Amino acid sequence: MGKGKWVFGGTAEGGSALWKPLILVAVLAAVLVGCGGGGGSREDEPIKIGVILPYSGVYAQLGEDITDGMKLYFEQQGNEIAGRPVELITEDTEANPQVGVQAARRLIEQEGIAVLTGAVATPVAYGVIDITQRDNIPFVVSNATGNDVTRQGAENVFRVSVSSYQVSSPMGEYLVEQGTKRIVVSAADYAAGHEMAAGFMEGFTRAGGEVVDEVYAPLGTNDYSSFLTRIRQADPQGVWTFYAGSDAVRFVQQYSKFGVEAPLYGTGYLADQDTLPAQKEAAIGIRTSLHYSSDLDNPENREFKSSFREAYDRQPSVYAVQGWDAAWLIGEAIKATDGDTEDKDALIQAMEDVEFQSPRGPMTLDENHNPVQNIYIREVRRLDDGTIGNVVVDTIEDVRDPGE
Amino acid sequence: MISAEAIISQLLNGLAYSLMLFLLAAGLSLIFGMMDVINLSHGSFFMIGGFIGIGMVDALGNFWLALFVTVLIVALLGLVAELSLLRPMYERGHLDQILLTFGLALIIEDAAEWIWGTTIQSLPEPESFSGSVEVLGVVIPAYRLVVIVVGLLLAGAMWYVLERTRLGSIIRAGVSNREMTSALGFNIPAIFAGVFVFGVALAAFAGFMAAPILGVYPGLDFEVLILALIIVVIGGLGSLTGVFWVSLLIGITQTFGQAYFPAASALIIYVVMAAVLLLRPEGLFKRKYA
Repeated sequence: MGKGKWVFGGTAEGGSALWKPLILVAVLAAVLVGCGGGGGSREDEPIKIGVILPYSGVYAQLGEDITDGMKLYFEQQGNEIAGRPVELITEDTEANPQVGVQAARRLIEQEGIAVLTGAVATPVAYGVIDITQRDNIPFVVSNATGNDVTRQGAENVFRVSVSSYQVSSPMGEYLVEQGTKRIVVSAADYAAGHEMAAGFMEGFTRAGGEVVDEVYAPLGTNDYSSFLTRIRQADPQGVWTFYAGSDAVRFVQQYSKFGVEAPLYGTGYLADQDTLPAQKEAAIGIRTSLHYSSDLDNPENREFKSSFREAYDRQPSVYAVQGWDAAWLIGEAIKATDGDTEDKDALIQAMEDVEFQSPRGPMTLDENHNPVQNIYIREVRRLDDGTIGNVVVDTIEDVRDPGE
Repeated sequence: MISAEAIISQLLNGLAYSLMLFLLAAGLSLIFGMMDVINLSHGSFFMIGGFIGIGMVDALGNFWLALFVTVLIVALLGLVAELSLLRPMYERGHLDQILLTFGLALIIEDAAEWIWGTTIQSLPEPESFSGSVEVLGVVIPAYRLVVIVVGLLLAGAMWYVLERTRLGSIIRAGVSNREMTSALGFNIPAIFAGVFVFGVALAAFAGFMAAPILGVYPGLDFEVLILALIIVVIGGLGSLTGVFWVSLLIGITQTFGQAYFPAASALIIYVVMAAVLLLRPEGLFKRKYA
């Protein structure tokens, strides 16, 4: 696993085999006439898209979800954009910046990719931005939330997920509005955890809330009992947290056993598609903020959910949505340049002009290429079909990253 | 000011965590102490104990019955591993055994990913222990009390068997002098197989008991393996008593450290290990057997 090529549209169908060479000849002729014999044709050359994601380790599922979201888009395009077949070349980053940088370098220097996308972990994104800038390769960040990914204002860097600040600060204001004024903040003790917590606390204190204690637990903590005891002793009105993946499962399960009365809040990673099946009843009542919710009732989301389920036999996660949007951004931009991926400035310009039709609802890009989008306040409930899932209880519209 | 209530809560938290660590490290220590084999696939048996446990709870609907069946299944897997892979290795050095058991751990990890997927799964605690209870004036989850009690019972039982029964003395004799014990008419290969299977069964038992607290996922195997190795090293390789006291030491310092010096909490266990290795390289407790 890990490394591999995944090629679309390898062979032409019987019917198309006849007319394809004809078109090719016609196009060749046109190009020859037009350029006076200058360049060759790119028409049949595949569009190579480099994908750097973790396919092993703790983030493997995220890598898988993003990839499946991308594949779904390209499959719906008949595996061709502007007449050129699409080739995704995937590399496993193991969520490790060193491995990620090497993978990106290999893709750019040896594979000659047109566009690079991926980066689940923020350090991977930071490491790769420099390399892509040197060759002006468009880099579509499909997960990493570090604020500075887009705040550097790099021309070639786009993000289709969300910034830490953007996803965490709206909850701060929302909680004060709801009458929660005394809160304990608890987050995983690493860069992203601190950035998320800082974003939340800025929104919360600006609106007039008071943070009575901050508790940071190491990544991969297996026993949260001492942290939970400390939280209980602070006797807050609410507890806001940033935990993800297996940390989120353990924290939520142990929280529910420790008899902390205060309701639990957090970013969407605390209780989502990937963690809810393991958290079960323990998650009911948790409110989180995220730029997507599975229950969003818009045509794009309904269509996305049903085609994703048909293709992969599971519910799409927010990561799958990000993969879809990354592929959309790349695909629609290349359509706009009529398949030209050589002129990077033109391609980047086309990417800035892409109009999204995202399952997450309205989405545009700001001047730093970070999405302007709704942040949804979701509550975990038992749904009508008996499963446990998120229900949108409030929407904070058109949230943008402050950009500095 | 730290209240008495906080101290009692943290002590109980620490005790539960300690006994979870003891359950986890006991099997590794036993196999090493009795057989002089470092079993790096210990964490893998812990993990599949959790995975199979989740399936069994689903299928059988009863936590304790599922626990029994799971331990039985994993013990059988352990027996197969002993007969087919480890037995030819006893004559060879530690390096060969380490490579073999490490390879086995990698295979089990990949197989687990393939069978159970990469996402974390959880095992619900038994209905009757799913709430929280009040002990000494503080509230703790009932299941943590179960872990404390089960851990203490198991530690007592293991100590009794090894120190006070005929079987225990045969095992200890086999470790000190294999040829002599064999000459006295005891079937050493059978005893070794038994010890290995029991060690693996302990790993599965620990994996099952810890699953409601830790969850189960590929990757857990190596996380717990490292913890178990550290405890066994600090305790003095192969000393079961050492494992017991060191589990308490680590569990309780880590819990208090996390509560009052959270910034240092990730380091505590490694600092303790480094200090012990510097000051008492043979471990805190001398090897009792062998």
